[in-house]
Amino acid sequence: MKSALFARLPSDVIIVLNPLCAKLSSKLLIIQGLSTYTRPWNELSFMQKSRRSITDLILHLHPPTVPEETLRFNLSWGLGGMAVMLVGLLFLTGILLLLVYQPSTDQAYTSILILTREVPFGLWVRNIHHWSANLLVVVAVLHLLRVVLTGAFGPGRRLNWVIGLFLLFLLLSSNFTGYLLPWDQLAYWAVTICTSMLGYIPFCGQWLQELFRGGAEIGPATLANFFVLHVAFIPGTLFILLLWHFWLVRRAGGLVQIKKNDLQGIPSPRVSTVPNLVMREAAVGLALVAFVLTLAIFWNTPLLEQANPGMSPNPAKAPWYFMGFQELLLHLHPVFAVFVWPLLGAAVFLCVPFWRETDLPTGVWFGSGRGRTLAAWTTAIGVVATLTLILVDNLLLGSATAMTNTFVTRGLLPTGFFAALLVGLYWLLVKKLKYTRAEAVMAGIILVLVVLTVCTVIGVWFRGPEMHLVWP
Amino acid sequence: MVENRNNDTTPGPNRRQFLNRLWAFFGVVALAEFGWLGLSFLNSRKERNKPVKTESIVTAGAVEQFTPATVTAVPLGQFYLACLADGSFLALSRTCTHLGCSVPWDEEKNQFVCPCHGSTFNLTGEVLTAPAPRPLDTYPVRIEDGIVKVDTSAPQKRARFETSQATRI
Repeated sequence: MKSALFARLPSDVIIVLNPLCAKLSSKLLIIQGLSTYTRPWNELSFMQKSRRSITDLILHLHPPTVPEETLRFNLSWGLGGMAVMLVGLLFLTGILLLLVYQPSTDQAYTSILILTREVPFGLWVRNIHHWSANLLVVVAVLHLLRVVLTGAFGPGRRLNWVIGLFLLFLLLSSNFTGYLLPWDQLAYWAVTICTSMLGYIPFCGQWLQELFRGGAEIGPATLANFFVLHVAFIPGTLFILLLWHFWLVRRAGGLVQIKKNDLQGIPSPRVSTVPNLVMREAAVGLALVAFVLTLAIFWNTPLLEQANPGMSPNPAKAPWYFMGFQELLLHLHPVFAVFVWPLLGAAVFLCVPFWRETDLPTGVWFGSGRGRTLAAWTTAIGVVATLTLILVDNLLLGSATAMTNTFVTRGLLPTGFFAALLVGLYWLLVKKLKYTRAEAVMAGIILVLVVLTVCTVIGVWFRGPEMHLVWP
Repeated sequence: MVENRNNDTTPGPNRRQFLNRLWAFFGVVALAEFGWLGLSFLNSRKERNKPVKTESIVTAGAVEQFTPATVTAVPLGQFYLACLADGSFLALSRTCTHLGCSVPWDEEKNQFVCPCHGSTFNLTGEVLTAPAPRPLDTYPVRIEDGIVKVDTSAPQKRARFETSQATRI
């Protein structure tokens, strides 16, 4: 009976099941939703075969059973599932938008006007695409935070952490390239600033800039580049990496679980994926879709005037998810804001799981009550410190002459200062206050995200004309 | 169930190794060809973005039109003509040297203020406040028969303002 059962399962299911099969094979037969597995394929009716193939498809991305403990909503907040749902919405609405959009500099703007004014539901579809994309950035960052705070990047999940970071990079690129396509004032100046930023990268900056612009200046080839990136290159790569990402979650045994301290180590009881997990995912996903569709009815996507190379809007702001970087650009030498800091940040995030014992105890938020308190203090201190730094530097920038703002004072000094600060904080936490390495690393990651968030909030709401600080 | 079929007819390790390396080599060659194809495709478009310029010499106007210590925008040539306090002329690019935004002249503050990252420049294009790393680029100015003419074919980078950059009558 056992072999007949497994012959029906996809081969990769067997790989995962093999270690479990001794315990599970007897249980599997009685699990609801898998009942068609007990009868030979040939005896099934067309409808049963169809239903079974759908179950197979779902089981391909999920294991047939999941530990009951990992189903609780406050372990994952359903963030990964939400991201998948938003990507789905983006693909669907993207296909519709492609039918109307014209990727050329003289027609792009008009085609967006036609879309929003004449095409039935055009405005709504554009809004859905816009809000899904923006929510996706929020959801993905929260997902990353959840993975850090529940210790889900340790051994067995390292490759998936790296893939996750690439996915984050891809979806930010996707967002940004999409931002440029309407070829309005927002788009034109965003592409100007972004491609100029590439020019500061040492050695290959000029080459990269010309590659992305499709020439020395911004023009038709630039729009063609970003269009191809947005509708072909990025979605294709995203799709492959997403499947890999899901598969590796399954490979690692599903979501993180609390490690049992008792010696028996009794694992959490397993329940069948259909319907337990799938129904929960559907509930979260459909609620989210309803939310996005409603949001898209009431809030319109901004569209400024047609691109005018002669006049930058004042203030000219980046899309909100890059406002943190724009804030950095105000304070740092461009080479450091554009190249050194993002590179250091990316390197640190990529390397964190490969440093031993940097992952928190799995499945418990913040690792422990002590970790929770540390996280709260880090957040509070981070907010106050960032605000103070920005205000103080704002005074310095106003009073200092151009001569004092050099590669050293606005580049090397702040970089050295923050590196020393992070090392000092680590030493304080681990050596003096006896926190674990994982807790100190968690505090570091929270600090980085808090600084970025504060910079983003300041940039979005507290920067007025000529990027001066204002009260909203 | 992976079985070693043809176990007895397996060719020797040397031959298999050789064939595997040959395949790897062909794979690399194919990748290189594809990359070369892509790059030549991208490179072919370099000229497409250049706006059709019929004339790179732009006539800004007669010398008498400009009062000293003022800035006049010349939209046709996408530059500003700064008439310095001593009556000499400087043609300043309107592109911010920081990240390429278009810099407007603020008459009241008597300075250029970038709307993107707040850099400011004085009348001669020198940086007053960061983050711009160098002064505004200039274009060569010629004065022929009392007419100011500017060659907009190539902006010129500079580290600081020197009086030699300005053109006198």
